[in-house]
Amino acid sequence: MLRFFLIRLGQSIPTLLAIYTITFFMVRSAPGGPFSQERKVAPHIIEAQMEYYGFNDPVYVQYFRSLEQHLTFDFPPLTSYPGLTAGDIIGESFPVSLELGIWALLVALLFGIPTGVLAATKQNTAADYAPMSMAMLGICLPTFVIGPLLALFFGVWLGWFKVSGWFDLSDRILPALTLGLFYAAYVARLTRVGMLEVLGMDYVRTARAKGLPERIVVLKHALRGGVMPVVSFLGPALAGLVSGSFVVETIFQVPGLGRHFVQAALSRDHSLVLSTVLFYAALIILANVAVDAAQILLNPKLRKR
Amino acid sequence: MPMKAIAATILTLLLTHAAFATPADEAAKEGILLLGNGSEPHSLDPHINSSMNGHHVIMTLLEGLIAPSPTDDTIPLPGMAESWENEDFTKWTFKIRQNAKWSNGDPVTAHDFVYSFQRILSPRLGSQYAEMLFNLKNARAFNEGEISDFSEVGTKAIDNHTLTIELEGPIPYFLNILKHSSFFPVHKATVEKYGDMDDPTNNWIREEYVGNGPYVLKNWQMNQIIEVAKSPTYWDSKDVLLNGIKFFPIASENTEDQTFNSGNLHYTYTVPSDMIQVYQDRNDKTLHLDPFFGTYFYVLNNKVPPLDNPKVRQALSLAVNRNAIVRRITKGGQTPAEFFTPPGVAGYSPEPLVSFNPAKARELLAEAGYPNGEGFPTLTIKFNTLESHKAIAEAIQQMWKKILGIDVDIRNQEWKVYINSMQEGDFQIARYAWIGDYLHPDTFLRIMQSDSGQNDASYSNPEYDRLIAQSFIENSDEKRLELLAEAEKILLTDMPVIPIYHYTRVYRIDPRVKGWHSSPLDIRNYKGIYFEN
Repeated sequence: MLRFFLIRLGQSIPTLLAIYTITFFMVRSAPGGPFSQERKVAPHIIEAQMEYYGFNDPVYVQYFRSLEQHLTFDFPPLTSYPGLTAGDIIGESFPVSLELGIWALLVALLFGIPTGVLAATKQNTAADYAPMSMAMLGICLPTFVIGPLLALFFGVWLGWFKVSGWFDLSDRILPALTLGLFYAAYVARLTRVGMLEVLGMDYVRTARAKGLPERIVVLKHALRGGVMPVVSFLGPALAGLVSGSFVVETIFQVPGLGRHFVQAALSRDHSLVLSTVLFYAALIILANVAVDAAQILLNPKLRKR
Repeated sequence: MPMKAIAATILTLLLTHAAFATPADEAAKEGILLLGNGSEPHSLDPHINSSMNGHHVIMTLLEGLIAPSPTDDTIPLPGMAESWENEDFTKWTFKIRQNAKWSNGDPVTAHDFVYSFQRILSPRLGSQYAEMLFNLKNARAFNEGEISDFSEVGTKAIDNHTLTIELEGPIPYFLNILKHSSFFPVHKATVEKYGDMDDPTNNWIREEYVGNGPYVLKNWQMNQIIEVAKSPTYWDSKDVLLNGIKFFPIASENTEDQTFNSGNLHYTYTVPSDMIQVYQDRNDKTLHLDPFFGTYFYVLNNKVPPLDNPKVRQALSLAVNRNAIVRRITKGGQTPAEFFTPPGVAGYSPEPLVSFNPAKARELLAEAGYPNGEGFPTLTIKFNTLESHKAIAEAIQQMWKKILGIDVDIRNQEWKVYINSMQEGDFQIARYAWIGDYLHPDTFLRIMQSDSGQNDASYSNPEYDRLIAQSFIENSDEKRLELLAEAEKILLTDMPVIPIYHYTRVYRIDPRVKGWHSSPLDIRNYKGIYFEN
């Protein structure tokens, strides 16, 4: 197990370095710089700012300086928020995205898995078709449709929740539902597929033959294998969930990382783009390693290798 | 659960909700104003900030020599200065009030202003609004690094309470320029506690915001809230009617609108354009459309043929039906442009030379050698990616096709790419807008001077430049406005840009909020705002 982790982490180093290099050159080759504005700024002012932020140095100097800064977590000042660094931004906004992601994940699993299990056990009945149609709808309806609808219904008409902000615990509900229901739909479909496959297997038949109640067969014996597709789906999904969704954060005015991720590119904040991209990449790598580990734990066959 | 029980539960919840007081109700009782503020300000440092969102907050935290009037943008009120006098509008002397205090109790002195002017003009700080101070003697030379001794710049603290400012030339309306936040003071000891005075990343604003305005910074969470509370040390705190203001940087227009609808805001920064009509039809009393001192226009690249021909430029302008654009597309009460300078400056009345006249347009185009548009090259209109810019470009594309018989392409570009194209002159026709810094036509007309950095059209007319330059040395504002009106006439005859409409500020406001007046500059003195009880 330890060897597995070491190998996986070792593999991630060249990946991150490649991502760093590509991002570094891409953001620099984009037209327009961090200081260009609609109201034109005098050339000597732009020059002063370029000098201050070190953009006048040769590109290779900037490349290695920035690399060193990221390796030592000593982030340079940002051009879009003078006085702050990428560390400040991520430190402030990532916990918010993480929390929202965890709530959304709970929503996805709590709605998705039981629905999928129910649909699989009642295959080709109304109890299968109805939730699966809903799930299809959930996948097709984008968050920017569901979000405002939830806000209108629960926020404006019923007045149960606030439609924007991230202050009280109740402010978590609408964004978590919006983000979570989308994933719940996937989870339900994947669970159904996984369960259908497992329910037809010999060991399940054996369990039934032993005279075990159907409830135990499904929940104890079949579910463990049935959720495997969900687990492998969760890797990338988890990284996406916790790193923040630009759309959901914008709809509900959630101060998360997703908006910085997009805004940094729009304002050509080189340093913030690099840091958020690397952070996101590291999250995906970690999430995938975690999923592989989870699969090993769930599937004894993989453990031997 | 039986259907009846579910229905009953929902009904009960609906009814009980109606009885609840909304956050806006509660805040109104406490005298706290809940404001939508567009998006997160990048800085609250008056010398660094360049956004309106930041400006709104800074106006509550700091006060300059002159305070804006709560009712009229043209009236200068005493702020940190209790009195002033001038010689020929060139040498100004300000008496700083004895009871002016920083929020930590220190007195505000004339030295604070000299320090602040030096800070914003420091080349290393790289302030984008340093040019607002270029009217001060030698300020430009100092900012551009030609002189390094700040004592040569035209401002001095004679004693703790006497400040002199010497200008390059007379400016009769200098007091109105002083209301701009680039002239605001900062607290020297606090700034230097957290870094050099000219360090652009000095973070005193987040560490310890010491201000001298009617409010103090209480809470600042990025993309969440900026909360200010009434300052006990402010010299005029008895006239500060609100106990606090909460700014919410809600970036999505629709979210902000719903936040208002659900009773969580007293004021919205804007209104989604498709909702304006809805609220108007409903005769919704919360909707306001106020004039705003800005113009939406198309820049013509005067260097590129056939746009180098004034007749072609005039023809293009005459073929734009501005009424249709404001009535059917923008729909926010905007006024079709008749001038380049927005209306609203008392005593300034240039000839309304911008008009819609298809017959004249065709005639001029024929005179320029393109009868019925024959032989006219296909030009491209560039704009930054936004639905409303696209709609206007499409409308104008149609108008020109129908009236002049010419084809134009329209092309959108991502914001920074578009700015880059403009700066490099890589365009033929491009959308642009200008918002005045102070209520005077010169803030518009000076951008079209030959040597202006904002003159993307590459327009150059020596007579125009001469009239503007002459207006700057003129001593009486009346004479000045006459010269500027003459200059505007030349501008609108040459038509290097096509003015389309003058902006409005569209917002919704809770009817309980009193003392909120239309402000063409959107520079607000929050002192006079209160809740009706």
